[in-house]
Amino acid sequence: MSIAIPGIPVGNFASVLRMIDKCGGRATVVSTPAELANFDRLIIAGVGAFDYGMANLRDGGWIDALNEMVLQRRVPALGICLGMQLMCTSSEEGGLPGLGWVDAEVKRLRPEAGSGLKVPHMGWNTVRVKRSNPLLDGEDGEQRFYFVHSYYVACRRDGDVLATAHHGADFVAAVNHDNIYGVQFHPEKSHRFGMALLQNFVNLQC
Amino acid sequence: MLKHRLIPCLLLRNGGLVKTLKFASPKYVGDPINAIRIFNEKEVDELMVVDILASKEGREPNYSLIEQFAGECFMPLCYGGGIRSVEQAQRLFALGVEKVCVQTAALEDLTLVTQIAERFGSQAVLVCADIKKDWLGRRQLYAAARGKNVSRPWRAFLEECVAAGAGELVVNSVDRDGTMAGMDLELIREAAAALPVPVIALGGVGSLADIKAAVAAGASAVAAGAFFVFHGPHRAVLITYPRYRELETLLSVT
Repeated sequence: MSIAIPGIPVGNFASVLRMIDKCGGRATVVSTPAELANFDRLIIAGVGAFDYGMANLRDGGWIDALNEMVLQRRVPALGICLGMQLMCTSSEEGGLPGLGWVDAEVKRLRPEAGSGLKVPHMGWNTVRVKRSNPLLDGEDGEQRFYFVHSYYVACRRDGDVLATAHHGADFVAAVNHDNIYGVQFHPEKSHRFGMALLQNFVNLQC
Repeated sequence: MLKHRLIPCLLLRNGGLVKTLKFASPKYVGDPINAIRIFNEKEVDELMVVDILASKEGREPNYSLIEQFAGECFMPLCYGGGIRSVEQAQRLFALGVEKVCVQTAALEDLTLVTQIAERFGSQAVLVCADIKKDWLGRRQLYAAARGKNVSRPWRAFLEECVAAGAGELVVNSVDRDGTMAGMDLELIREAAAALPVPVIALGGVGSLADIKAAVAAGASAVAAGAFFVFHGPHRAVLITYPRYRELETLLSVT
């Protein structure tokens, strides 16, 4: 099983690579779309602005190759943070269309005025698992993850929601549609909770 | 709901870990890799490592050592000390550091903060303000690398940092550093009320009650050094961190 991470300049992948390695998986940051054909797992990771991420995917010629990998070959795909948001149809943060793999719009977190809640939502939060799935074990007691984000994924289909977290209001912390998964938090920085999730991703049956 | 973070702040000096008292008399407390490994096992929320000599001596960050730190951290790692350019920050991020903390460079010019925020996002850049009381008891901004107070209101400086792109601010009380005598709650209250981004309170934690008080004063996160590395009245070196359940009970907002 080997995992490809598209090498677009949206933050560092060192922690993801290290954690996948700890999980016994093999992940490689690939620099050209053509290389994706050699992999049977995909992680889109990163932090930063939506349009910057999409422009990099577009200008680097990644989009067709990613669609082929995920929609035709249907390899398991995991989006982390910005990566999850790029899998959606659009974002309030920018004007470019997203990959459109998940039927959702990315919206700005807007805690009520006077709530004292800050944006970005930064730090550790617990998640509530909404349906049984191979990545996040809902029976595993309280699970906490590290979040850093100002935008969230608003799913149009309730069935796509894997888990929610709360910051002023409930928001989607994890999504799943077919072979496509996304997490708003950073599993690579979330101790044994994140390691378990990445371990599950590495072990997913194709 | 979002939890208040509790962050060990480790001071690096010539490759070893030290703990200072009011920014002086550094006492050696051990090997940093070993300490970070223990903090990782204890599942700390986040870790901050500051090289206290780098800016003073005009040195760059010790990249090879920092890379080893990052390799031991399954939680966010923040590094501060000697960062003067966006290229240096980029190199640190590539090693697996999540956030960089600047002070000396920010006091001179906030362009660096803006450059890092534009390239890597606001969440990746912190400014640490050291605050020291003068002989009249007024809180003054302090430039640690020069060992001098700065004639500039600390609050205005922090507001400028936010405008420049800093995603979080560390507010550190120099007079409380290493004393474990409790935090400067008035300072924390004023900073947290005035600033729209998370404030990390540092300086003076000696007990769980101090942490609770800082959170009640508005801190989004509390950082501490001595509290996590010293034990008992004789300040014997012992690395500790409260258990998760203990913190949850302590900080549960009722």
